Amino acid sequence: MPLLSVDELTVTFTARGRRDVRAVSGVSFSVDQGEVVGLVGESGCGKSVTSLALMGLLPKRGVTVGGRAEFDGTDLFGLGDAKLREMRGSQLAMIFQDPLSSLNPVVPIGVQVTEILSRHRGLKGEAARKEAAHLLDRVGIPDPRRRLKEYPHQLSGGMRQRALIAMAVACAPRLLIADEPTTALDVTIQAQILELLKELVDEEGTALLMITHDLGVVAGLCDQVNVLYAGKTVESAGRRELFASPTHPYANGLLGSIPRLDAPRGEPLRPVRGSINDQIAWADGCAFAPRCDHYTLECLQGTPELTEPRTPGHQVRCVNPVLSPVGAGDVAVIEAPHIVTGLETGLETGPETGPEAGPGTEQPAPGAVTAVAAAAPATGEPSGEAGTVPTVEPAGKPAPGADVTTAGGAAPRTVTQARDGEEPGGEPAAPSAAGEEPTEAGS
Amino acid sequence: MSTKTDKIDRLAELTAQTETSTGHSLAYEAFRRLRASKMAVIGACIIAVFVVLAVLGPWIAPYSPTAQAWRGEVLPAQSVFVGPRGENWLGLDHLGRDEFSRMLVGARQTLLVGVVSTLLGFTVGCLIGVGAGAAATLGGRLGRRIDTVVMRFIDMLLALPSLLLAVSVAAVLGQSLTTVMIAVGVVQIPIFARLLRGAMLAQGGSDYVLASQALGVRKRRIVLGHIVPNSLSPVIVQATLSLATAIIEAAALSYLGLGNPDAAVPEWGVMLAQAQRFFDAAPMLAVYPSVGIIITALGFTLLGEAMREALDPKLRS
Repeated sequence: MPLLSVDELTVTFTARGRRDVRAVSGVSFSVDQGEVVGLVGESGCGKSVTSLALMGLLPKRGVTVGGRAEFDGTDLFGLGDAKLREMRGSQLAMIFQDPLSSLNPVVPIGVQVTEILSRHRGLKGEAARKEAAHLLDRVGIPDPRRRLKEYPHQLSGGMRQRALIAMAVACAPRLLIADEPTTALDVTIQAQILELLKELVDEEGTALLMITHDLGVVAGLCDQVNVLYAGKTVESAGRRELFASPTHPYANGLLGSIPRLDAPRGEPLRPVRGSINDQIAWADGCAFAPRCDHYTLECLQGTPELTEPRTPGHQVRCVNPVLSPVGAGDVAVIEAPHIVTGLETGLETGPETGPEAGPGTEQPAPGAVTAVAAAAPATGEPSGEAGTVPTVEPAGKPAPGADVTTAGGAAPRTVTQARDGEEPGGEPAAPSAAGEEPTEAGS
Repeated sequence: MSTKTDKIDRLAELTAQTETSTGHSLAYEAFRRLRASKMAVIGACIIAVFVVLAVLGPWIAPYSPTAQAWRGEVLPAQSVFVGPRGENWLGLDHLGRDEFSRMLVGARQTLLVGVVSTLLGFTVGCLIGVGAGAAATLGGRLGRRIDTVVMRFIDMLLALPSLLLAVSVAAVLGQSLTTVMIAVGVVQIPIFARLLRGAMLAQGGSDYVLASQALGVRKRRIVLGHIVPNSLSPVIVQATLSLATAIIEAAALSYLGLGNPDAAVPEWGVMLAQAQRFFDAAPMLAVYPSVGIIITALGFTLLGEAMREALDPKLRS
């Protein structure tokens, strides 16, 4: 039995005089001990609302939460306020996106850490301070005794996020929810923070629910990935499976939209057309239909069900799944090469079939380029983890942004490697971006 | 070679400096900005002089403020007054008392009324503000109702003209110094309450409150340990500015005859009221207490405004 199992979670916002907004409509997933589960999607698809609903942190007024969420056998939504508060911090903990605003500016870090310790573990005075220093040390903050006395504005962005992680893991929670923990950080720091999270998961067996729009993070960290669109899971699969064969047109398009380092010069980026529209309810058919290249009339006949068109356990909510892109025989899951030096990870490049790729790669308008280029940079695999990144080549479609990040803080360097005689098509360029909202500009 | 080592030395110095300049709280940073502001320094100097005079007044005054030592030299009926002279620096009042001594001793009354009434308004206002703010931010449905009721009551208080309220309080409680303090203090309660509640509401929606909730911190701890410390700076600024208004209002109430009825205790407002009768013959007798009131209020206003700038979160680096 999984540690956390979420079943048909729905969250509806109601406001007087306005139409109800269903931010999350029937999301189901489960997280096991020591497992990293990703919720991926563009802004407004309901990923943050899902996390807040699980923590019971949504405002009570005007919000209806439905479905079930069982944490180790207890129904999270049935718990009283006091019980839930008791569980937060000790059993469930959460890390937020912006480390500066998530720390109280007028209270020293030490007080903010010890307050959690005294709340859940009853530590007081010197014992609490000692444990707090140990925690800061654990998350890689140097000189923890001094840092305890400092205020959030005196810490760097990465250190703030580390401090927040220290607070979150202070009482060894069994489930950690990370809501875009690396979005506000620069790329090198992102890699360090992800490595830290991974370490915590590996060493403590903490379950991690990773909420992100960054496919690079997913590629580096998650075991199981749920792609959300407009409040519903559209595709759910293991990481490798998802990157190897993205089957829902949306997931397919997302992976296809990632700019590649080895793309020929001048090749236009391939965004997913349009933008998310929360007015389109799933009840009238597939909410993604207006943006979909595989759209047929069938798509508008009721909500598509989750099916397993490809392999067992790989769930897709689509009536026209992308099952056999052109040249499907070329699909190859390629293990990333081992680290070349201590600092770099390799970027694997596969056979280049050029811009003439499979369906769903219609040439976008030139204006679309800016929309994607402005998206957040992907976070690559931190050093030492390179062996686990699958870089995939669905028929010449671009691979996820297994870009290169130096752990030491130097400028990212690209290492292009060929394997088995494949042509290295790598071309050092800007770090690849896993786009949030890869949309066509002007639509 | 030498230039290179020089450079390194300078760099090391710079790093050493930045090392010492970090490691301070926001309050300390605000204090540093305050010290750099001319306005604040002037205001603080005025206040310091005023406080020293108010505390030491009775001891450093050259004469007793009540002794009518030069009674015969002053004939108010014939418009005969004695102006500043060697032994009486500011001259004599209409009863032949030393004006300078009266000013010195009167400073204490002014300070007392200002501080006590502001403290009263600050304490009660902040208690109401914290209560309403806490109820509104974390109290759920019931809390929001409580907040609404309390704040409507505060709005009613705020709608009353302050002087009218003060006169009414004075009418109920009778004529005394306490009356003045209460009257002036009560007027300030709604200001502090609204200010603190508003600041708390703004802080209540911030990320760190959500983050503390996500880690299971108790509500009381969130309110007192996180929200209130972040909401205090506008209230502290208001307290300084309120001291200035309190001093002026206290003087106004004394001027209207609602203050201390004991003639033995000199008070600037009373002195002003008495001097008014002889404004033709001895205008300076009215000028001295007025200038005293103005300069004191100016000192508090300058400091308050400088503090407002120093504590402005938008200027925080």
